[in-house]
Amino acid sequence: MKRAARQFAFYALLVGIWALIARLHIWPPYIVPPPIDVFNALKDGFEDHSLLIAIGVSSRHMLLGYGISVILGMFLGICLAANQYLEQTVGGLLVSLQSMPSICWLPLAVLWFGLSENAILFVIVMGSTLSVTISMETGRKQMPKIYSMAGRNLGARKWNLFYHVLLPASMPYIITGLKQGWAFAWRSLFAGEMLSLSLGLGQRLNAGRDNNDMPQVIAVMILIVAIGYIVDGWLFRSVERRLQHKWGLLPST
Amino acid sequence: MSATPNLVEEVLQKNQDHAGGGARATQPVAKLCLQNLSLHYRAEDRSKLLALDKINLQVSAGEFLCIVGPSGCGKSTLLYLIAGLHEPSSGKVLMDGKVVERTGTDRIMIFQEHGLFPWLTVEENVEFGMKMKGIKKAQRREQTYEYLKMVHLQKFQKSYIHQLSGGMRQRVAIARALATEPDVLLMDEPFAALDAQTRDLLHDELERIWASTGRTIVFVTHNVREAVRLGDRVAVFTFRPGRVKREYKIDLPRPRHLEDTAVAGTARDILTDLREEIDKSLEAEYNDETRR
Repeated sequence: MKRAARQFAFYALLVGIWALIARLHIWPPYIVPPPIDVFNALKDGFEDHSLLIAIGVSSRHMLLGYGISVILGMFLGICLAANQYLEQTVGGLLVSLQSMPSICWLPLAVLWFGLSENAILFVIVMGSTLSVTISMETGRKQMPKIYSMAGRNLGARKWNLFYHVLLPASMPYIITGLKQGWAFAWRSLFAGEMLSLSLGLGQRLNAGRDNNDMPQVIAVMILIVAIGYIVDGWLFRSVERRLQHKWGLLPST
Repeated sequence: MSATPNLVEEVLQKNQDHAGGGARATQPVAKLCLQNLSLHYRAEDRSKLLALDKINLQVSAGEFLCIVGPSGCGKSTLLYLIAGLHEPSSGKVLMDGKVVERTGTDRIMIFQEHGLFPWLTVEENVEFGMKMKGIKKAQRREQTYEYLKMVHLQKFQKSYIHQLSGGMRQRVAIARALATEPDVLLMDEPFAALDAQTRDLLHDELERIWASTGRTIVFVTHNVREAVRLGDRVAVFTFRPGRVKREYKIDLPRPRHLEDTAVAGTARDILTDLREEIDKSLEAEYNDETRR
């Protein structure tokens, strides 16, 4: 409760300072709009459904793109784990590809897929698959050997060993990978959506720029942060907490 | 610890029947037979290191064999070979006359670091081996409860591993091993990380469980007194390469205690023998340090 009150006070203060700066008219309102304009832009956006549609479209991109990334990323991870030759060749390639910022895939995506939804999905998949794969790989390498030995010793072989021992033993790393993959996908999404032609949040952001509509730009930015925080902070963190509690990685208070 | 002894005895009796009527130490059947067992592996500097050199050992059914030796003598490695987790470079392990080629639930390891699965509850850990064998859930649960009772942990069946103390974890590991109904228990310094009091209690429990289930036990330790307190026989290993230096038959009456003068006396004799090997291991260690 105390914590919530503190956080509320902090954000109130932030908005207060912002309002004060806007009030001083140092910069024109199309550069620094007052908070109330941004609030109205949000309200209008929800009332005429344009922001709701944008959230819907962006969510769809995320679900599809991230979904493909997770499946592909895990599949790749398992393949690399199963085959040493693949790990030495493809594994190295993946790590070097991972250093590429996802926005750099954009020109290629446009030439391959045109200004389409597929181009957006491609950018998301390229941006987030590899971090899922690499975390699975890390999990396999760092997982204490004793688990697989104990599992084999107790009669687990092949599929049973994988499903009942190796997979759960590397779960902390997999969760980290899924979380990281989500963060990368979320960042890639807006790079892709800036292409316009989609009705997603990224496109609303770009439309704000085209119309010189600063309140809308800020409104969409706030939405992006809020949604990102909700998924990352609530969904992933609660899964992580539960796991840490079970494994005793956290003091169970 | 001595709660409801009658009930426990009953359970033990039942398990014994289940295991095919405990073969006792009196029968001279070679349960395990190690023949010219050697293992070398590549050290970091790519030189070949001989860890075990032509080990010949026999363990009778129901026997409690303790192996002592300085650290680095390959005594743990020997257990991995018996368990089928490692492959020998030459020689073989025979179990009931058949060559051991891979892991099998007739030989279960108990590790120093217990190796329990942190993502499973106590109960799920214990029934893991039965699950792998394809035993039905209802039967698994029932047996799991009995094995947990045997180690006095039935109240903790729903706990996670990190919620237990070190001694309790080792007891879960023992229950988990017994639940697969192995003929041979392979124990790799299972009590080395525990405090003295907990270890004493676990010695008593292990002796009791061994006596009533008739399992064959190969117990590796660096603690000579522990070996004398528990074993029917103690094999002393040499330092690098590991060889059987000498074997001691321990005929002291049971139940024994760590503080018994007879135990202490026998331990002192064996320790004199072992001292030489410990000195060698220390020398090697110091040399390693100065080389760095």
